[in-house]
Amino acid sequence: MKRVYVNEKWCLGCHLCEYNCAFANSGMQDMATALKGKPIYPRIHVEENDTISYAVSCRHCTDPICVKSCIAGALSQEDGVIRVDPEKCVGCLTCVLVCPYGALAPSESGVMQKCELCLQNSCGEPACVKGCPNRAIVYEER
Amino acid sequence: MGVEFIYPEFEVIRNDNRCIACRVCERQCANEVHFFNAERGVMMSDETKCVNCQRCVSLCPTRALKIVKSDCKLRENANWQDDTIKEIYKQANSGAVLLSSMGNPKPFPVYWDKILINASQVTNPSIDPLREPMETRVFLGKKPDKVKRDANGKLLCELPPQLELSLPVMFSAMSYGSISYNAHESLARAATELGIYYNTGEGGLHEDFYCYGKNTIVQVASGRFGVHKEYLEASAAVEIKMGQGAKPGIGGHLPGAKIVGDVSRTRMIPEGSDAISPAPHHDIYSIEDLRQLVFSLKEATEYKKPIIVKVAAVHNIAAIASGIARSGADIIAIDGFRGGTGAAPTRIRDNVGIPIELALAAVDQRLRDEGIRNNVSLVVGGSIRSASDVVKAIALGADACYIATAAVLALGCHLCRTCQSGKCNWGIATQRPDLVKRLNPDIGSERLVNLVKAWQHEIKELMGGMGINSIEALRGNRLMLRGIGLTEKELEILGILHAGE
Amino acid sequence: MNQYVIIGNGVAAVGCIEGIRQEDTEGKIIVVSEEKHAVYCRPLISYYLEGKTDLERMQYRSEDYYEKMHCDVLYGKKAVKIDDASKTVILDDGSALPYTAVCVATGSVPFVPPFSGLDTVSKKFSFMTLDDTLALETAVTPSSKVLIIGAGLIGLKCAEGLKERVAEITVCDLADRVLSSILDYDCASIMQKHLEENGIKFLLNDSVETFESDTATMKSGKKIDFDVLVLAVGVRANVSLVRDMGGEVNRGILVNDHMETTVPRVYAAGDCTEGDDISSGQKRVLAILPNAYMQGHCAGVNMAGGSDAFSNPIPMNSIGFFGLHSMTAGTYFGKEDGGEMYEEKTDRKLKRLFIRNGYLTGFILIGETERAGIYTSLIRQKIPLDSIDFESLKKTAALVSFSPETRGKMLGGVV
Repeated sequence: MKRVYVNEKWCLGCHLCEYNCAFANSGMQDMATALKGKPIYPRIHVEENDTISYAVSCRHCTDPICVKSCIAGALSQEDGVIRVDPEKCVGCLTCVLVCPYGALAPSESGVMQKCELCLQNSCGEPACVKGCPNRAIVYEER
Repeated sequence: MGVEFIYPEFEVIRNDNRCIACRVCERQCANEVHFFNAERGVMMSDETKCVNCQRCVSLCPTRALKIVKSDCKLRENANWQDDTIKEIYKQANSGAVLLSSMGNPKPFPVYWDKILINASQVTNPSIDPLREPMETRVFLGKKPDKVKRDANGKLLCELPPQLELSLPVMFSAMSYGSISYNAHESLARAATELGIYYNTGEGGLHEDFYCYGKNTIVQVASGRFGVHKEYLEASAAVEIKMGQGAKPGIGGHLPGAKIVGDVSRTRMIPEGSDAISPAPHHDIYSIEDLRQLVFSLKEATEYKKPIIVKVAAVHNIAAIASGIARSGADIIAIDGFRGGTGAAPTRIRDNVGIPIELALAAVDQRLRDEGIRNNVSLVVGGSIRSASDVVKAIALGADACYIATAAVLALGCHLCRTCQSGKCNWGIATQRPDLVKRLNPDIGSERLVNLVKAWQHEIKELMGGMGINSIEALRGNRLMLRGIGLTEKELEILGILHAGE
Repeated sequence: MNQYVIIGNGVAAVGCIEGIRQEDTEGKIIVVSEEKHAVYCRPLISYYLEGKTDLERMQYRSEDYYEKMHCDVLYGKKAVKIDDASKTVILDDGSALPYTAVCVATGSVPFVPPFSGLDTVSKKFSFMTLDDTLALETAVTPSSKVLIIGAGLIGLKCAEGLKERVAEITVCDLADRVLSSILDYDCASIMQKHLEENGIKFLLNDSVETFESDTATMKSGKKIDFDVLVLAVGVRANVSLVRDMGGEVNRGILVNDHMETTVPRVYAAGDCTEGDDISSGQKRVLAILPNAYMQGHCAGVNMAGGSDAFSNPIPMNSIGFFGLHSMTAGTYFGKEDGGEMYEEKTDRKLKRLFIRNGYLTGFILIGETERAGIYTSLIRQKIPLDSIDFESLKKTAALVSFSPETRGKMLGGVV
């Protein structure tokens, strides 16, 4: 299965992935309209210190503890991709409590959202990968 | 202290309707032009620091940025132009030699653009390179003057060492130190994939790149930095650098600040010490001296590797080349005055040397006249910008071209000409780890390969048009060229006819 | 053909079904469900009252779930006995279900202390099941005054769920603090303050002496008028089926890390069990949903002939009230037990990390819960703190604190 992988050697800490993610999932045509003047809630986030930076998004684990732990049955795994049903999610954040990668964060409304590899939006391939200026994020089979 | 203010050269134009304050520009600008005003929630900029490298423009996700030349001008004066006056202010402030980078930007004639290429019509029909084989391979090195046979009449095919190139283009010398590790890796990998060569410059060869040795030309220059047995053995050819087109007659100076870590080790000098390459080689004061170094290097490499002598194109280049051709060197590399540099005194860069087109024509003619053209191959550099420049250079008599500015452009360089600052936002001319990592050699080498392959296609198209199916048949074929808007004298030196003739 | 019987139809049962089907797609699965509902998300009943979900969305699995998993569900039936000799489960209608392996996933029931005068209260409810919830929903009106006995997770979630539907809510508890099972005093105070700001009244350190119709007289002498009473004092694991057949039980049915009880071919999973807590090294009832699923799944795999161990259970809870989230996990060893604590505290945020012998054993986070799972994984995977940069990790939960090699594997490989 193709997944998003990061290589911190090439991550520049530019945070473009976060903005590209937020835009790709905004459903809007234009980035400025989608993101201007508001906080963004991307499904990928950059962690950094003085010397390194890298992006973290859902690893789509083969044995996902978040799915097992979801109290609302809102998380599921289909063809390897872990999805959240925002209608079912009540925002209890149990998935945040159990994800060992710290890859999950809620949306603006408090309900969970997560990387679904841009399979559902118009992007076609993960927006973070497409927009990474240094190939620090790749989408491939490993 | 007087008034030091000089109005910024550039303006950062930010379209506030588009800017989403993502701060990518801020994070990506090593010159610290952009900053976020949290109180007002807007991005701001300090134009005084901008060098117009276009990194922010290229990465801005909403195309909210552009950099334009400031229109704040001094009173117009055809003699005392803005730049001239500001340079005076700068020197009055600093008392220092002005430094610049990359090639001569002044409006000198570009002869390539005044030369036109022929094409076949009706007779000697043109060739379709998509249907017919087309040979762009060249061999660099000393060639025999005539066919030689042994006592039994059998053909003697032993040749002096040759460099085989899949097309007549190589990456010219850029040292590890002046450019980054990742830039070097990009060049090395691309040269290997393309079947051509890249050149270490005078910075030594990082041990990680020994594996690309068969596509590596190593340089021996006046500072002798990084030269040792393994270095010579790792290479495909050795280049003695006598001069550089961007700064003929002077040496090099890589500031101690850049001599850190691997750079220091590779150059074999202590960390933090300035790497000063003397203006001359202190052991070369004549062609005879040069010959000694050429043969020392041949001895050291067991006569298995061609020796290149690189010189800057200067006034008496034809005579110099004639001397080098008799020194035992296999290849002469000539670097024209528009060639790039990581740092050079502005006055030297902009005023010393001659155009490569004229130098090449003069050298090729002189060597032919003296009957020693086959003693050496000629490689020319100093602003080869496109496939048509390559074709014109070959027709003027070159065996191959060196490209460096075009190569760094492919790597992302935007010719802001501030390499000397060490803060290259594109990760090329810098040693700052956070900036170096901006150039991923996976991308860099791919882009170099793309560029050279594209040129190869174009070279084949141009050759096909001329009805030539082997680039060897184009070399020195000046009948394929015509001048336009050139004087009698220029045409005479170039050895070409005017268009219409 | 194998026949698997699962007693109970909660999340542990679903885990068990999925565990069995991972190993055995053929065998017959029979689910004995006392409740007349398909499996639903029990912890969502308070969200139902709050209007954040509805009956349809509360379904834990899709409508055709049992069909797709080839399960027979016997709704409204109760297992009364497991007969070890005949390897059958006897139901309350007298029928017997033979089993190859049986999983007891009977959960727990509310525990109601013998309050005097409780029988005089007309509207009293437990808050455990969907039926409890639906009954409570019809009983409350916008003018209701609700008294909730028990300031634990259930009682407080009930209070949050009812807040907008009723006039007044009072919560009382014998303990000196709210959420006493998961929060220490300081943390509980922050939560209590937040709940009070959102209109919940508390009577702590106090319990009901006697009920007289719609008035409760407290031990302290206070009198509280109410018209709806919710009893959320605690729960007790349903252990009788296993106890009666001679299996070992304590506060819950004792299970090992394969979810085996002490009786062969009898497994147990979910809130009815007492299993390992690797953060304290002791056996505990860990009545939390993630454990129920994972225990059930582990039981299912082993029942169907596979081999699986659920080797790292710990207590953990993520719970929020009126927008303030708290997350807790593991065990909080005090100084007297050789533990040490790292703390960050502001008015609305609190972080307490509990460390012992070079390992993180537990934490409490209030207000700031980003990437808490990284802390959880340190406890569950027993990662020695000297193998990471714990100085930075304790300040910010992020993978930066791991070695580049570890991080490379985590982010650059299939996990």
